[in-house]
Formats: sequence, structure tokens, C-alpha cells
Amino acid sequence: MAIITYREAVKRALDEEMARDENVIFFGEDVGVAGGVFKVTPGLYEKYGGIRVRDTPISENAIIGAGIGAAVTGLRPVVELMFADFAAVTLDQIINQAAKFRYMSGGQLKVPLTIRAAQGGGAGFASQHSQCVETWFMHAPGLKVVVPSNPADVLGLLKTAIRDDNPVVFLEHKNQYAEKGEVPDGEHIIPFGVANIVREGKDVTIIATQKMVAVAMSAAEELAKEGISCEVIDPRTLVPLDIETITTSVKKTGRLVTVEEAPHAGGWGAEVVTRITDNAIWSLEAPVVRVTLEGALIPFSQPLEDYVIPNKGRVVTAIHRMLDI
Amino acid sequence: MRLHEKDNTVANELAADTRQHMLQRMLDIRYCEERIQELFLENVIRGTTHLCIGQEGVSVGMAAVIDAPRGDTVTCTYRGHGHALALGMTLKSMMAEMMGKEAGCCKGKGGSMHLTNMDIGLIGTFAIVGAGVPVTNGAALTAQIKKTGAVSISIFGDGTPNIGAWHEAVNLAAVWKLPAVFLCENNLYGEYSSYASTAPVPNVIDRAPAYGIPGVIVDGQDAEAVKATVQEAVDRAREGHGPTLIEAKTYRYKGHSRTDTAPYRPAGELDQWLARDPINILSDRMKQAGQLTDTQFQQMHTAAQDAVQEATTWALEQPYPSVESVYDDIWVN
Repeated sequence: MAIITYREAVKRALDEEMARDENVIFFGEDVGVAGGVFKVTPGLYEKYGGIRVRDTPISENAIIGAGIGAAVTGLRPVVELMFADFAAVTLDQIINQAAKFRYMSGGQLKVPLTIRAAQGGGAGFASQHSQCVETWFMHAPGLKVVVPSNPADVLGLLKTAIRDDNPVVFLEHKNQYAEKGEVPDGEHIIPFGVANIVREGKDVTIIATQKMVAVAMSAAEELAKEGISCEVIDPRTLVPLDIETITTSVKKTGRLVTVEEAPHAGGWGAEVVTRITDNAIWSLEAPVVRVTLEGALIPFSQPLEDYVIPNKGRVVTAIHRMLDI
Repeated sequence: MRLHEKDNTVANELAADTRQHMLQRMLDIRYCEERIQELFLENVIRGTTHLCIGQEGVSVGMAAVIDAPRGDTVTCTYRGHGHALALGMTLKSMMAEMMGKEAGCCKGKGGSMHLTNMDIGLIGTFAIVGAGVPVTNGAALTAQIKKTGAVSISIFGDGTPNIGAWHEAVNLAAVWKLPAVFLCENNLYGEYSSYASTAPVPNVIDRAPAYGIPGVIVDGQDAEAVKATVQEAVDRAREGHGPTLIEAKTYRYKGHSRTDTAPYRPAGELDQWLARDPINILSDRMKQAGQLTDTQFQQMHTAAQDAVQEATTWALEQPYPSVESVYDDIWVN
């Protein structure tokens, strides 16, 4: 076991896969010589050279399009969009092109493209550089959506993303880059669609991703002092979604809470909830609760941003209400 | 910056069999497009169609340069039936796709606007204006990295250089010196709006200097001139000198799509272009060179009509895909 940061896990995955397969290339804005604006990829340019690691102009359509074209002709590109919010600039390439190529071509094309981007709030970047955007892509069949919450998952899931023959949107939480965690020695691969039961419990199931996993865990700690046993599940990938693990948990606990760092309307938690009503409605002993962004947008001012992003207190309060305490 | 207009007369006379092939394929495209329009009006083909009648010279001139086994690739627009046929898609595969049949090139999932056939190098006929141009760069990037010597051609209309993705892509291709060719079919109209009313420069290639790449105008009604111009750009790309912007001046005889009769066109404009029909230009030249008789030309017309009819009859008899196939090919398993 080694302890590395979330950011180092990204680079290690890229490094290992580029060493393993010469078809893996990597490009984006300032990812090469500068090592990325979040300093995630320093050294890759020096190690693999300017043919395989490239800086691009600030041209998101050109970046994704080049990734798609390279993918359908035999390479395995990893492209970086820097801030995930910038995906909105190139949604056509991601949603209309990459996601649909295989389907529209009757299975002739495959698009082994990994799109990396940094999402999430808490750093004072305001409304256009702080969103969690996973649901944009969940609504585009053909895309896989990955939301790792710790260094080991970053490593194992990014390697899987690069080896996947489908387009994968790999969303890193920018406020987790400095977080440290243990990663296994040697080859570490995590398949998509396998949720991680982060904490076992029997009274309430809490589903959370990325930064919200730690929020859910701290709430679970506090509730444990009151004798309330929470099970915390990190789905790790939203497409595919391991609904079986969540269903099993809800059948055990009878209660479901989602903690989402995103607007309430149309959030991934809504998808989880409707799937659970299909699978386990008679197991539910209380209405489902979704803890999401207060308001709807991420404001700049720190007290406001701190207020809108779900925290331990809001999760505890929600579960108290659910249990009628 | 190098900017020059090509002389529209072709210095090098092509071999008779090359001309014969180009002429036959233009006739195939012409009759296929006319049949598609009939079938659309009969509601046998649903949705929409964008016909390229009048623009066949660009299709066959371009296709004559493409070397699919080498890895050359093409992206084009939804006005792509002609390009697909010119590259080698069979009439049957095309017609079946038009009708949404299982035997279509995309198993009926794509339709008129989404034709793909990687065996002939056709990545796709893109239905979103400008979307194919960045993708062409990616194919060119593969060629550059793997040193295959392949090129990727992006074909688009005169409306496309007004969309951001085009500029991003041309810029990136120029910066990275990608083996790409940007081939504009300037047919004077972007949907219903004239080129002059939507662009601030007289020619599309006037934008080439902004990216430091050559811009070349060619007579799109002269298939051989198109072939020569595309060949020059492809050679340049293969040699590592980067992309070229080509503007083929051409014209679509029909409207933008479906039942558009193009009432927005000035009186007499269509007639002027009909007088420069790409099929007649090549056939006249062949006749003058003693490579084609009137009888042979008539036989070529008949062959095209027969082939289109055979493909239509065949496609009509083909089964639709099973509804279970809607679940296929969303993912690579």
C-alpha cells in the first residue's frame, strides 16, 4: 500500500496506461508543458513526448472532435476539458457525436475516448467553474459517467475508462485533488458498475459521490452516537449504475437518503430514487430524502457557497426528520 | 500565406477509364437522388432528405483521390448521398438505409442524414453543421501519430464557416500541421439564406489566411478540376505540410431539403448553372476527345437508371430491422 493524493492517482493511471499501450494519447489545454492548470499531469509530456502528449488551443469543440476522430481510427485518446463546466461549450461533440456514433452507424464505429474534467464547488470559483455536471451526461445514452471519490478509485476507474471501448466522461472533483488515500501496489483495476459500500449499517442507506461521501460519513459518525446505524454507499460510476447493491441495502434498511452536490431538479439522486421505487418500494419505511444544493446555483461569496453545498448538519437533520426525531 | 486560384481548365487529361468511371458514378448519383426524391414524395422514405443534384462533380472528383485501404477518411455533411456513392457505397446499401431497412449501411439506424461505411473511409455524413470538421482532425491525428500517410478530408457547405467548431478545427489542424483537407462545397445557399447574406467575405477561402493555410478555388462543376485540386492538397498533407482549404464553386439544383422548391433564388440563376452541368461538362469533354459516343453516353444513362431501379426494388423487398435491435449498439460490450 502506498499513500498518494487524488491528483497523483490521476497521473499514475495515465502514466501506467500510456506505458502499457502506445495507442493511448493525451491532450488538452495546458496539460503538457505546464502539467495542467490543476497540476495533475506534470512529467507526462517529458516522459512521452510531444507527439502523444499535446497542448491544444482553447478550443473545446476541436479537442473533443479530435478525440472522437482519433478514437474511431484506432487510438485511445484521453482528453482534458480542464473545468467540467467547459463541457457546455462542446456538448454537441460529446452528446450528439461521441455518444451516438456507434448507434447511428449500426455498430460500425467505436469511440474509446476518455474525457477528463474537474468539477465541483467549494473553492470560490463561482457559478461557471464549480458545478457538478454528471447529470448532463447521464441523459445521453452511449456515454459512461464516472465520479471517483478517493485516490484508489481514481486510479482503478481511470484505467478502466481508458481501456473501455465506449466514450467515458471521467469527472474529478477539483476540491479533492490534494486529498490523500491508500492505493494498492501493482495493477489496480476497478470495473464500472460496482458500488463501494463505504460503511455498513442497518437503519438508513445514504448514497453519496465524491466530496459528499466524506459528508455522508461524518453524518453517519454523528448519528452512530445516537444509535442510528447508517450504511454509506458510493456508486462510483453513475453510468452504469450499480442499482443492485443500492437495492439490497434499501431492502435491509428501509430508508434512503441521497447526498448530491448538484441542483435538486433532475439530479442523479432522482434517478436512484425512481429505480428504488421500482425495485423496493414495499421495503421503504419512510419517504425518500434527497439532500442537494440549497438554492440552485453556486455563489461566489464564501458564506453563501458554504451554505449551499450539502454538509454534515443538513444530512443529520434530514435523517432526523426521516426518523421523526 | 499562399493563396491562389486554380485555372479551371484541366491541364492533364485523365485516362479514359478514369473519366468513364467518374461519369458513370455521377450518373448513378443523379438518378439515385432523383429516385430518392420520388420515394420521399411517395412517403416511402420518411423524415428528410438533402439532395446533391448539381454537385456530383465535387463528389466524384474528391472520391477519385481517396485511398480507403491506406486509411484515408472522409467526413461530410447531411447532403452526403453523393459523396457516399462516389466513395463506393453500393446503391443497394444506400437505398435500404434511406428506407430504414435492416440491409442499410447503418442497419436502418441512421437514415438519409447519417451514412457511415468505414470500408470506404466514410466516417460519417454529419447532420449537425460543422460537427464533422473537428472529427476529421482526429482521424488526421491518428494518421500523423501512426505515420500511415493517410489523409482525412472534411467536406462541408458554405454555411459551415460561420459556426465556431469550424474555426476551432481549422485552427487546430493548422497549428498541428495535420494531414487534413477542408473541402467546402459553396453551393451559394446555407439552408434558405444566400452565402452573400451570411458571410462578410466574397469567398470562403478568404478565411484561409487567418489560419496561415493555402486557400484554393476550384470549379466544382468540373469533376476533373476538383480531382486535380484535391490531389494537390492531399499530396501536400501526406508530405506533412498541413491542411489546405479548398472552395468548390457549385450549385444545388433542388432546394435545401424535403419539398423546398427554393423560391428564394433569383430568376434565371438555376438556368445559368444548368448550363454548366457537371455531367455534361465531363461527357462533352470526353466526346471531344473521342472517348465517348452519343450511343455510349446513352448506354451509361440507361445503366445508371437500371442500377437505381434494381437497388430500389431490392431495398423495397428488404425487411425492416426487428424492434429488438433498438437495444443494439448503444454500447460496445
